[in-house]
Amino acid sequence: MRKGARVRRRLVTVLLAVIAAILVIPAYAAADDQGGETLSGQIRDPETVEGIEITVSRDGDEIGTATTDSDGEWEVELPEPGTYHVVLDQESVPDEYVVAETPGAEFDEVEVRPGQDRAVIFRLALPGEEEEEESEPSPTEEGAEPGADGGPPEEAEEEAPAAPEVERGASFSTRLLQTTLSGITFGMIIAISSVGLSLIFGTTRMINFAHGDMVTFGAMMALMFSTGMVFTAVPLVVAAVLAVVLGALLGGGMERFIWRPLRHRNVALIQMFIVSIGLALVLRHLLLAYFGGTRVRYDEFQLQSMLTLGPLQITPRDASIAALSVLVLVAVAAMLQFTRIGKAMRAVADNRDLAESSGINVDRVTLYVWTLGGALCALGGVFYGLNQTVYWQMGFHLLLLMFAGVILGGLGTAYGAMVGGLVIGLVAMLSTLWFPVELQNAWALAIMIVVLLVRPQGILGRRERVG
Amino acid sequence: MSSESMAGRMPAPESHDRLSGVSPVPGAAKPDPVLRASGVRRSFGGLTAVDVEHLEVQRGTITALIGPNGAGKSTLFNVLTGFDRMDSGVSAFQGRSLRGLSGHRVARRGLVRTFQLTKALTRLTVMENMLLAARGQTGERMVGAFAPWIWRGQEAANRERAEALLERFRLAHMRDEIAGSLSGGQRKLLEMARALMSEPTMIMLDEPMAGVNPVLVQSLLEHITSLRDEGVSVLFVEHDMDVIMGISDWIVVLAEGRVIAEGRPDDIRSNQQVIDAYLGTQHDEPGAGGAEEGR
Amino acid sequence: MDFIQILAEATRTAIGPIAAIYALAAIGLNLHFGYTGLLNFGQVGFMLVGAYGVAVTTSTYELPLLLGVLVSIGCAFVLALLLGLPTLRLRADYLAISTIAVAEVGRLIYRSTVAQDITGGVYGLQQVAGDFYAWNPFPSGSYGIDAGAFSITFSARDVWVMTVAWAVVLLASLAMYVLTHSPWGRVIKGIREDEDAVRALGKNVFAYKMQSLVLGGVFGALAGALMAINQQTVHPDAFMPQVTFYLWAMLLLGGAGRTLGPVIGAIGMWFLLTMFDGLLRDVSAMGLLPGIAGGELGALRHAVVGLALVLLIVYRPQGLIGNRKEMLVNVK
Ligand SMILES: Nc1ncnc2c1ncn2[C@@H]1O[C@H](COP(=O)(O)OP(=O)(O)O)[C@@H](O)[C@H]1O
Ligand SMILES: [Mg+2]
Repeated sequence: MRKGARVRRRLVTVLLAVIAAILVIPAYAAADDQGGETLSGQIRDPETVEGIEITVSRDGDEIGTATTDSDGEWEVELPEPGTYHVVLDQESVPDEYVVAETPGAEFDEVEVRPGQDRAVIFRLALPGEEEEEESEPSPTEEGAEPGADGGPPEEAEEEAPAAPEVERGASFSTRLLQTTLSGITFGMIIAISSVGLSLIFGTTRMINFAHGDMVTFGAMMALMFSTGMVFTAVPLVVAAVLAVVLGALLGGGMERFIWRPLRHRNVALIQMFIVSIGLALVLRHLLLAYFGGTRVRYDEFQLQSMLTLGPLQITPRDASIAALSVLVLVAVAAMLQFTRIGKAMRAVADNRDLAESSGINVDRVTLYVWTLGGALCALGGVFYGLNQTVYWQMGFHLLLLMFAGVILGGLGTAYGAMVGGLVIGLVAMLSTLWFPVELQNAWALAIMIVVLLVRPQGILGRRERVG
Repeated sequence: MSSESMAGRMPAPESHDRLSGVSPVPGAAKPDPVLRASGVRRSFGGLTAVDVEHLEVQRGTITALIGPNGAGKSTLFNVLTGFDRMDSGVSAFQGRSLRGLSGHRVARRGLVRTFQLTKALTRLTVMENMLLAARGQTGERMVGAFAPWIWRGQEAANRERAEALLERFRLAHMRDEIAGSLSGGQRKLLEMARALMSEPTMIMLDEPMAGVNPVLVQSLLEHITSLRDEGVSVLFVEHDMDVIMGISDWIVVLAEGRVIAEGRPDDIRSNQQVIDAYLGTQHDEPGAGGAEEGR
Repeated sequence: MDFIQILAEATRTAIGPIAAIYALAAIGLNLHFGYTGLLNFGQVGFMLVGAYGVAVTTSTYELPLLLGVLVSIGCAFVLALLLGLPTLRLRADYLAISTIAVAEVGRLIYRSTVAQDITGGVYGLQQVAGDFYAWNPFPSGSYGIDAGAFSITFSARDVWVMTVAWAVVLLASLAMYVLTHSPWGRVIKGIREDEDAVRALGKNVFAYKMQSLVLGGVFGALAGALMAINQQTVHPDAFMPQVTFYLWAMLLLGGAGRTLGPVIGAIGMWFLLTMFDGLLRDVSAMGLLPGIAGGELGALRHAVVGLALVLLIVYRPQGLIGNRKEMLVNVK
């Protein structure tokens, strides 16, 4: 028994070391090429400017030129992945502007990965402004935007999930159906990712701010395995399984080596929140440092012809995501409802002390909850990455929606997280029928606040007791 | 400070004797009730925690509320003091309805309660705990806080009163320690002293003796009796039968949310229903309620 | 860059306007969390409305700066009410999530096309608060010490911003000292420990929490206003939730529930950050960090902040000037 535990611990240590090693192996090994690399951008700062010339070259050879259109947009097609030199022709800039000192008029080494649409951002400024911006103390910009520095320029852009692609011309009912379908898919992704969040809260009373970054972790791991950045490329399905395993290890490892020791030291809950924020920052920025700040898509399942189901159109990819999500949610629910460990998880989440006094090994159950949560996060990350794109802040942006879902459903209840996640996904997507896409997350969060007003304990939650 | 609390403190030494005319049946009317509740129900999901048809508490007496764990005693405290909402029913304190009043408003009316799980304000000193309870402080207004010269006199007077109470509860030597460093029993004492600092008309104590060592229990009992003699009405929850029979003027028995019996100690001792429901079958250990509620 | 130079640069940042701005916002957070126990994870929302209050008034409508500051304070007031009314009655953990959500909703609205005519949408606003520099009493030139390698100098513009910003920090700290040593402070500290107990003593807990939220929010808004003044531009993506996390890190580094905790925390944090940046750049220039491009150094810096937060909580939960005894008592 004791020996078994020691072996298990050693196994976990080794596996964690492997994860760490994988993370440390840098760079993208060349992967086979799907074609279609481009460099593009939009000149819109302080406003969109037409007629600016941009030249792309490599090793001194000109590859192509482009001129910004009326929206300030430009694009140059590239022959192959590699490192390019991008220059903005200062002569073509209208007199009332100058090129902003940062990032300047020239990019020396723009790395373009296979199949990537790399964005390059130039900025213009009014001649007067330039001086002042320059005289700022250097950390100012970084300080003012702790989230927005340290990576390529495009990351400052908002990363809301794309609205469902429906032709404008379609009738409202078609759009409604189509949007509902995307909403359900998105909602189920949120639900999968947040079941763990809710169970973790229930079992440990802790809000895990790192949960979103565990989602990113899963998506990035799948990306890494499927593009062959390390080892050889494996099919995405295999990569996804590997990512889920690693996600489970990450979750379990965090519980075993961080949270459990902290709990046993009686660290207060608020301090634990802060620790999870710290871990979130570590995880997110390590992923950023090693995978870069660009949005990428998985190589597989990208170009697909639409399946048509009556008035609805869906790609086989999204249909599979939806179907698999349903399966996973049903499986998780069945596990929670019928298996011993599942019942134990719900019992501990419901009342830790009561569960403990009735002989449940609470620490063990908590470990399983974290492991399950980590695995589900990783899976949610892969689905989300497939459905949208993979980028370093994807999980963090999803986190707020997961919070909203979990709160809607009632903190600490697994089924609540499922219902809440679904509602949030639907609200976010359906809002785009009437309101701007950029506000879809705002609507989702607003719904959460409204529900809190009416039913502070959430849809399936229970009130705390006093005295 | 307020006129009603002064009225409540009027010495009424023989008021508990007046209970002698009251018949020991559930829901019996009292000659001068300070607290009245009718049709009070509170359920959690399917479980009805409190379902009290009628209950009156006589002014100036010590009334004990007893019942097995889970009988709904704490829940009844919560709904009566505005810490929880009743599903239906009415309650009145000193003849005025408490309907819809939140916890702090009930307390301002002079009905002050303590909690089953002690709520010492751990990172405040013992003295700060006491001063916090004083009523009508000018310095507690945000703007007033910036004008210390206005509230300094009031503060000094409060400090004097707090000092006297701490002395009485044998906590004076701890006045500058943070409350978190007190023992469990001392915290119970502090919570009671603090409640008294707010000059209540009636005080409701939820298991004040749980976890307090026997020597302190004795002095707590003395305090409770002397409170009654000063005219404060006391309603308290307790499990120890000797204590209850010793100091109560009146006993109310709760089981499964209902008042199954009430009367003088002698009536209760001989009540067959009580013996069946409570005394005979599951005599609770004092303090056993604490573990069940730790959450 | 040699070490002395890195040290000078770190000192320069630690006493610069940005550190003062963060200190002010952290003072607000200290009132919320350190004294009232409110888990506010949306302090950046107050900075957002503060910055835009000044920016919109002076840039979009070209009205005087002082009016802009009043608008900032007014916006903070409204935001605190909007935030507090639904959430202050909730459990602490719900409050934490709601505040983060409200701040984020605010940012999304300010950057949306709907609001673009007023807030400039994703482009933000430029040429903010020119008035402020017109009032600069310092003759232009370079101020500071210039001793060879260890040189810390500021332009007249910076000195003017610094003077005002640190003066506001000083005033805010004084106000906090007076408040927290008054009966009002006693009540909010009581609420921090156990709000039911305070309620049972007849205090209107909700009203006190709201007052605390409003005042702390006003400090946050003033910090935002100073940020707009200092940068003369505002941009919605400068108000991401991470800013709040940084404020928390500063508050905990200094010590929550102490008057000077957030100030010391902000100064210390900026010092460490800048120093770490310099060192990292040096190390990277020497080629000791293979596989990490220059642009990604910033990312590593944030990872280190995260690690520092974890280590801080584990090894010194009370912060630099906190009281360990109180800290431990809180853990039951
Ligand atoms: N907030 C709550 N949610 C659900 N059940 C509760 C809640 N508060 C109390 N109960 C239940 O109500 C019943 C009465 O509890 P309580 O009033 O604490 O009993 P007592 O104080 O007499 O021991 C118990 O069964 C308890 O589990
Ligand atoms: Mg009880």
